[in-house]
Amino acid sequence: MSRTRTAAEDSNRRMLRARDAMDRAYAQPLDVPALARIAHVSEAHFTRTFRAVFGETPHRYLQRRRVERAMFLLRETDRSVTDICFEVGFGSPGTFSRTFRDIVGRSPRTYRKEAVSAAVPTCFAMAWTRPSV
Amino acid sequence: MFNAITQSQIYVLDQDEALDFYVGKLGLEVAADVDLGFMRWLTVSVPGHPERQILLEKPGAPAMSEETAQQVRELVTKGAMGGWLILTTDDCRGTYETLVARGVEFTEEPTERPYGIDCGLRDPFGNRIRFTQPRGA
Repeated sequence: MSRTRTAAEDSNRRMLRARDAMDRAYAQPLDVPALARIAHVSEAHFTRTFRAVFGETPHRYLQRRRVERAMFLLRETDRSVTDICFEVGFGSPGTFSRTFRDIVGRSPRTYRKEAVSAAVPTCFAMAWTRPSV
Repeated sequence: MFNAITQSQIYVLDQDEALDFYVGKLGLEVAADVDLGFMRWLTVSVPGHPERQILLEKPGAPAMSEETAQQVRELVTKGAMGGWLILTTDDCRGTYETLVARGVEFTEEPTERPYGIDCGLRDPFGNRIRFTQPRGA
């Protein structure tokens, strides 16, 4: 089978594989060593390359993925904020609340009161409603 | 006015590798594989449904400059090109198990949705594909 990818394209694809892993397994304790293994690169190389390809660090990407999933569960379910915090992969309610407020600008409870649900396929919700900046 | 969508396109980086994946793994069939000289016109469809074909196009000169083709390849491999497909199935979980056994790279396991059960995967190049078992199927 002919392989026509350049080294840069192959590298992009590896970084995408690691990003997909964060989208799929955000609730697991994914750290840089685990993600670098998925991408088959060294840890130092992984963080640097991921940022060059996607414009943000893997840590930031994962944090915002978890917040996005928390926003989804706050909107679409009536589960408790603490349940949701652990469900999306945060280690403690304090870290969750602080991170959520930093990124979204509101507390989880305020967000839940004000949010309206969005009936689109989940892949689009995940791609377009992950908070940025 | 119009009565069907017959052809759509996604970019692939290698057409032989695309055939291995789309036909060999996903089980689609070749609807057309024609060497036009200037390009290989390669389309696939769901078996028995040639009325809806996907063109597996390789970006390159002279359709675009080599520099532009390189940008397209970069976007495909970053998962940012935008070409994507949603297929339907009678059995989402069964199809998922079959494709996992064939080494297909999934981005999302079968999940219950208001509209049915669906899941997500990537082709070898970075394109997004989903398949859905519609509610009631």
